[in-house]
Order: sequence, then C-alpha cells, then structure tokens
Amino acid sequence: MVLVPVLFIVTILISSLMYLSPGDPVRVMLGFRAHEEAVAKIRAELGLDKPYYVRYLKWLGNIARGNLGRSLQRNEDVREMIRERLPATLEMAVFAVIVAVLLAIPTGVISATRVNTFIDNVVSFFSLFWISMPGFWIAMISVMLLSMKLNLFPISGRAGPPWTVEGLRYLALPGLILGIRQVAIISRLIRAGMLEILNEDYVRTARSKGLAERIVIYKHALRNAMIPTVTIFGLQIPELLSLSVIIETVFAWPGTGRLLVDAVLKRDYTLVQGIVLVYALLVILMNLIVDLLYAYIDPRIKHE
Amino acid sequence: MKAGTMEITPKRRTRETYLKGAVRRLKRDKAAVGGCVIIAVLLILAIFAPFTTPYDPVKQHYDELLLSPSLAHPLGTDQYGRDLLTRIVFGCRYALLIGVGVVAIQLAVGVTLGLVAGYYGGFVDSVIMRITDVMLAIPSVVLAVAIAGFLGGGIQNVIIAVGAIGWRAYTRLVRAEVLSAKEEPFVEAARAIGCGSMRVILCHILPYTLAPVIAYTSLSVAVAILWAAALSFLGLGAQPPTPEWGAMLADGREFMTDAWWIATFPGIAIMITVLGFNFFGDALRNALDPKMERRLR
Repeated sequence: MVLVPVLFIVTILISSLMYLSPGDPVRVMLGFRAHEEAVAKIRAELGLDKPYYVRYLKWLGNIARGNLGRSLQRNEDVREMIRERLPATLEMAVFAVIVAVLLAIPTGVISATRVNTFIDNVVSFFSLFWISMPGFWIAMISVMLLSMKLNLFPISGRAGPPWTVEGLRYLALPGLILGIRQVAIISRLIRAGMLEILNEDYVRTARSKGLAERIVIYKHALRNAMIPTVTIFGLQIPELLSLSVIIETVFAWPGTGRLLVDAVLKRDYTLVQGIVLVYALLVILMNLIVDLLYAYIDPRIKHE
Repeated sequence: MKAGTMEITPKRRTRETYLKGAVRRLKRDKAAVGGCVIIAVLLILAIFAPFTTPYDPVKQHYDELLLSPSLAHPLGTDQYGRDLLTRIVFGCRYALLIGVGVVAIQLAVGVTLGLVAGYYGGFVDSVIMRITDVMLAIPSVVLAVAIAGFLGGGIQNVIIAVGAIGWRAYTRLVRAEVLSAKEEPFVEAARAIGCGSMRVILCHILPYTLAPVIAYTSLSVAVAILWAAALSFLGLGAQPPTPEWGAMLADGREFMTDAWWIATFPGIAIMITVLGFNFFGDALRNALDPKMERRLR
C-alpha cells in the first residue's frame, strides 16, 4: 500500500461522506422544523456556506494539526471522545488476535497433517459454519446461553483494563467471539499453505535426514506456511475491526465501534468523519506492523 | 514452433472439456449439490411466500403475543403476535433482493474498473489501484455504516452501502485476468484486424475474465447477505415492520430471555442461506479453476 496517496484519497472520501445525505445535511441533522437561525449558525460552523475545496483544505489543515473538530450533538472535542474510547477497542482487537493465533496455528497444522481424516473434516465443516453465521447473531446467542442461562460471563459492558480479573471477565466473551471468527479463516489458510509445503523437496530432505516429525512440521513447514498466512492476516485486520463494531454494539462495549454507530444514528457528522479517519489510520498502522512481521518470519525479505 | 492448425485444434477441445468438466466436477461435489438445493428452496420460498403459510407477515395480533413454537405456529410468534415462520419465509425475498442487488452494483463498478485499469495501464491503472487500496484501508463495516447512515437507512440504501464497499475484489480479479489476456494472441489478432478498444475489451477480453468472476459472485452474495443483516441489526437497514432477518433479530433482542425463538430462528435462516451460497461458491470456484482444486487436495 502506498501510504501518501491512499491517505489523500481517504481524506477526500471521508470529507465528501456528508454529501450522501439526501437534501440539506444540516436540515436532516436538526430536523425539518428547526429555526432558520439555528440552521444558518450550524451551516456557518461547518463551513457549509463555502465551496467544497475551501472546506476540504480547511478540514485537512485541521486534521493535520490533530484537530478533528467538535461533536455536533454533544459539543465535545471529537479527538478527546475517540481517545477515551480507543483503548477499549484496541484491547478487544488484540485479545482477539491472540486468541486467533493461539487457536488457528494448531488447528491448521492438525488438519493439514491429517488431511481428509475425521478431524480435518470436522474442522473444515466447523469453519465453514462459523463463517456463515452472522457475527452479531453468534454474539446474541452466546449471551443468551453462556451469560443469561449459565451465568458464565457478564452480560455486557466493560469493567476495567484487561489485566484485572474483573476486566478480563468482561472482555472474555466478546474477545473470544471476535477471535474465533478469525480462527475459522486463518486455520483454513494455514492448512492450504501447509499442504502445498509438505510436498516440497526440503520437507522430504528434512524427514530423510531423520529430523523429528515435530521439528519438520513446526520449523520447516509451518514457518514457510506462515508467510502467505501473514499476508492474508494483514488483509483480515479491517475485517476484524469491522466485526468489532458489531460485537461492541451487542455487548455495549464502550469502544469506538459503538461510538460510531451511535454517531451515525444521531447524524453527528464530524464525529463520524473523525472515527472513520481513525479507523483508516489504525488499519494503515497495523499493516505496517504486519510488514515488519514479515522480516521476522522470513529473513530473506530483510536482505532484499 | 507448432503449426497454426496444431495450436487451434487442442485449444478448442480443451475449451469444450473445460465447460463439461466444470459441470461434471460440480455434479460430483456434494457441497455444490447441497448449496444448489438450498438456493433453489430459497428461490421457491421467495416467489411463493404468500402461499406457504396462512398468516400475514406484518399484521399484528395482540391475542397471540410471544407464543412458543406449536403446531399452529411452528416457530412461535413475536412480540406483536406475528407468525415467525411467515416472517422468515417473506425474509427470503429481502435476502435474495439484497444479495442480487449488492452483487449487481459490485459487478458494475468492480468489473468496469478492473477492465479499464488492466487494459489501459499506466496512470489510469495506478489511480484505480490506489482507490482500491483505500477500500482496503477503511474497515468495510465502518464505511458501510457511515454510508448507510448518511444515506438514511432503508433496504435500498443498505444495498448501495454494501455494494459500494465490496467491489474491490472484482477489480483486482478482473485486472489480473486482463493483464494475462493482453498477452494472448487472440487479443493481438483482434487488434490486428482493426477492432477498437471498446470492442476488444467487451467482446474479447471480458469473456476471458468471466470464469473467476462468476466463481466469486456466489461467495460475495453470501458476504452481502451477512453485511446487510448486520446493518439492519444496527438499525441502519430495513426498518420494522419489514420482515428482514437482521431487523427481526434486532427487534427480538429485548425479548431474548422470555422468547428464545425470536432471537434464534432468523439467525438460523441467515446461516442456512449464507451456507448455501458459500457451499455453492466454493464448489463453483473449484469446478471453474481445476488447478486450484489440485493444489488444495
């Protein structure tokens, strides 16, 4: 991804989102019986009385200085609102990634080393099922069964940072649901990658020189299978954040995803623009991290 | 070099066996048959929805609130006394409408951009590819939520919102195919006999790119249905009393503790539908791309 042009187009896209509203966005926002004065005031505040490129450049200048504007509904600083909520979203995402990696690697390896056996078929079938279920529905059903009926997890909300017991208890269920989704996708990728690599000459060489099967699988095959997997995982990050928007809403998790849905429902344009921008930056940042991971997994990349 | 006639004869034969082979592989694949059956049942239910049950999907009956599943109401009734089975059956219409609508938008945008980017290359190509990168940078649901919210909800706007975010894969797919098609002698031949760019793109390159595109549509119908249901669930899509599955789940959420069936059956309907399109799509991809099948097994 070429960063600068992408960021440039992202800002154009975000700044023109408001034009999607049918009719006058200010009218839509304030209701159709709003006073003419109030409409004029908001319009001046948003700069809607000026031509598009003037507003775009002004907005661009503002965000370059870290000023995301003020929320139209709550009159708070958008940057502060997002900063308050972002840790909760990141914490759930990181938890989900850890769950995904811990579960996906063994599942993928097991189904690749036991191709077309019972276990492999069960894993494949389960993954396809899991991918076919709407995330919000899995969340609803889990709350119904695990939280309400069995009292295993709290129903919703966040209790504190994840390193406290209470915090972890609240994080567990939404984090697991978010993570297992990725397991279904990643383990299939690892399986496909491993199957290809297990036929390679160097795997046969490793076996014939008498290495333990465990070392052949994990050191020779898995490490190479991880390279395409990490690529797809990088592409999968936006999907993870997407699903987290929905999971946050179901679990009343105080993150940016829920803030976004609230802001959209209340037509808080500046807040929506700010959040979409932060999500875009987040994805770009995470992709950079994934690129760095490559060098770690595949030393050949470093030399190039 | 082989003689020209030698080249043409095996080509034509592989083309025939290719299509036949695809159909043969599809028929042999149990998942494909299963997916096909699910999609067929869905279509029949959507077309004949009013004749499948004696109830109305929208009319409220205040003497039949939250009835648990019984013979009269196999899936129970919701908080307004409406028969859940009837609503789910009518929901098939919306699911299919959304699936087809979204994929139509994605195809129109994605395939066009892919053809243009691949064929013309250079500056046009890099601009289009940067735009697809942008679609990669913003999480799809985040963008869809923003678009649907700004457009103002409703099924039509959900279709636009989901259609606006999922075309990226088609662009990349078609572009890659076009790049390889451009190297083929038949494109050179078309140009040599004086076909214009439009004709070369539409009559010679487009058909060449179709197989992977077709294979992908079934999978993207599945994704579209999931996303649209999510948007409706968030309150940005179909509005009550529309019997759309996502909206039904959102509607039934408060009654989850007393009436498990409201929160369960619409979700199962979504799952079966998506599973059907996923099964069929996976099988279609394997059937149309035999190399991939060999690679995966």
